[in-house]
Amino acid sequence: MNSQIRNIESAYIKDNIPSIQIGDLIKIGVFIKEGNKERIQYSEGIVISKHNAGINTTITMRRTLQGIGVERIYLIHSPKITSIKILKHFKIRRAKIFYIRNAKKLKEKI
Amino acid sequence: MIGLLGIKLDMTQIFNDQGLAIPITVIKVGECFITQIKKHNIDGYNSVQIGYYDNFNKCKKINNSIKGHLKKANIFDKNIKIFREFKLDSNNIDNLELGEKIPLSLFQIGDKLNVIAYSIGKGFAGYQKRHNFSRGPMSHGSKNHRLPGSIGAGTTPGRVYPGKKMAGHLGNHKTTIKNLEIVLIDIEKNIIGVKGSIPGKSGNLISIYK
Repeated sequence: MNSQIRNIESAYIKDNIPSIQIGDLIKIGVFIKEGNKERIQYSEGIVISKHNAGINTTITMRRTLQGIGVERIYLIHSPKITSIKILKHFKIRRAKIFYIRNAKKLKEKI
Repeated sequence: MIGLLGIKLDMTQIFNDQGLAIPITVIKVGECFITQIKKHNIDGYNSVQIGYYDNFNKCKKINNSIKGHLKKANIFDKNIKIFREFKLDSNNIDNLELGEKIPLSLFQIGDKLNVIAYSIGKGFAGYQKRHNFSRGPMSHGSKNHRLPGSIGAGTTPGRVYPGKKMAGHLGNHKTTIKNLEIVLIDIEKNIIGVKGSIPGKSGNLISIYK
């Protein structure tokens, strides 16, 4: 990557993000604006994939809501993401754990 | 309107005040000098010629005819080889001076910018890629996969009409993209960022104007 591009990106890249790993149970806070109201929405889930791409780094977080699996992709350097907290780490042997969509054991653990 | 020349660096993204990610193309603007001012009474039209000087990609040698041309514009120490013209109204042409460096502060954040560049060359392309023709069946004994089909009637008119869509060279055309929003300007580093994509590959010479 061009060094001049990296300089531009460095102004927007957060340096206080914890090192998120696959299999981490995280709590993430997202800034939401509804009309005039402003609030921070927290949600918990397990990180099943991470896309390392500088400023465009994203994580996919999966959680189960009322028996239905929900996956959401977060742009972790976005200023809308106010906080990321690692609660627990599950022992994982793969770089992407898409298999937990069907795996019963790990699901029960979570 | 007067413009500048630069090099397309790369695409990236930044975040705006509302926290939204905005895709930007970063342009490295070179030092641009006015090398010739063309006036209606002498040249038949009003325009200004810009010479592009890149501090990092220096041109070592220039021939004497260009040297003489630069001498007229009072530029002696810079080897300028790339020139572009921008057409101007007669009102704007009077306050320009030969040899003057055009500042990047010409542009401001929020302005709309037009970009001229050469699109990525695709080489000799077939019907499907160049003109979005549909292809023939791939199976059931068909031998017509990517062929053109009929290119016109028979004895009357007895010729192929001009402009018939056929295979040929695709890309590497001069392309203009208008009304790109400026979202980033760094006057010290001579860098400008516009929202969205611009034609061509990274490292291509582009001209920008308002």
